[in-house]
Amino acid sequence: MTATQITPTIVPDFGDDAEQRKMVFICSKGNLDMAYPALIMANGALNEGVEVDIFFTFWGMDMINKGTWNDLQFSMLGNTAMHMPGSSKHIPQGLGGLPGMTGYATGMLKKQIADLDVPGIPEFLQMLHDMGARFWACQLSVDMMDLTKEDMFDGVEDIINVSEFIELSDGAQTVFI
Amino acid sequence: MSLATIAGTDVNVDDEGFMTVYDEWTEDHGNVLASNIGIDLTERHWEAIRFLRDDFKAEGETPTLRRVTTTGGIPTKELFQMFPKKPAKKMAYVAGLPKPKGCV
Repeated sequence: MTATQITPTIVPDFGDDAEQRKMVFICSKGNLDMAYPALIMANGALNEGVEVDIFFTFWGMDMINKGTWNDLQFSMLGNTAMHMPGSSKHIPQGLGGLPGMTGYATGMLKKQIADLDVPGIPEFLQMLHDMGARFWACQLSVDMMDLTKEDMFDGVEDIINVSEFIELSDGAQTVFI
Repeated sequence: MSLATIAGTDVNVDDEGFMTVYDEWTEDHGNVLASNIGIDLTERHWEAIRFLRDDFKAEGETPTLRRVTTTGGIPTKELFQMFPKKPAKKMAYVAGLPKPKGCV
């Protein structure tokens, strides 16, 4: 490696003067493997100085429901991308239906996630909240599941209906999961 | 790779201006790099920067924001106040380290 020239000081552009970028994530799934993508992307967006709102609806409510958020599950059923460990061979779908397989697969996934130092759902939500994310619960889902705000993660701003959600997502890039 | 004169010494920097040689960095460089991006360093900023430097030396990579909180003990909210908007990258820049690679 040869340094060849003296350059004038270059200062990285951290985008401090750029227009504020906004992203909205809609979490509609309560499976463990479907909970993480939004949280990981939201974390990345917040790290990039993007304003983030996360809206939880239908089964995604399980992610912020204190009664369920520690117990999200991962099923092999319907997932044709399941392989034998260390191999590209597919695991037969029928195996996923055997008693105990969902618990086993969930445990495996949780361990793999923890090994990468990625936190569990409650801690992840708190981290995103500390980074400035705002959390919203879907009114229709709350009514359907007979929940109250007390059942949910303390960082949830409010329970809002769909028109309020459409208003707040104005101008944002929206990611539906 | 090119050289830039920062705090009176010629140091290696990448195309964006991040210093690239761990041992070329001194606290004088940290002060200049911070002022380049409009940050006045307090003792609390230095705690974060020193954690980044020590952790990089031990682990061989720049810690993520989460690691600065969980292992370095500095709350996430505070990091966003001290290094606004993009704390992980700004801290790395001031500490003379590469941008963190980890996603979380």
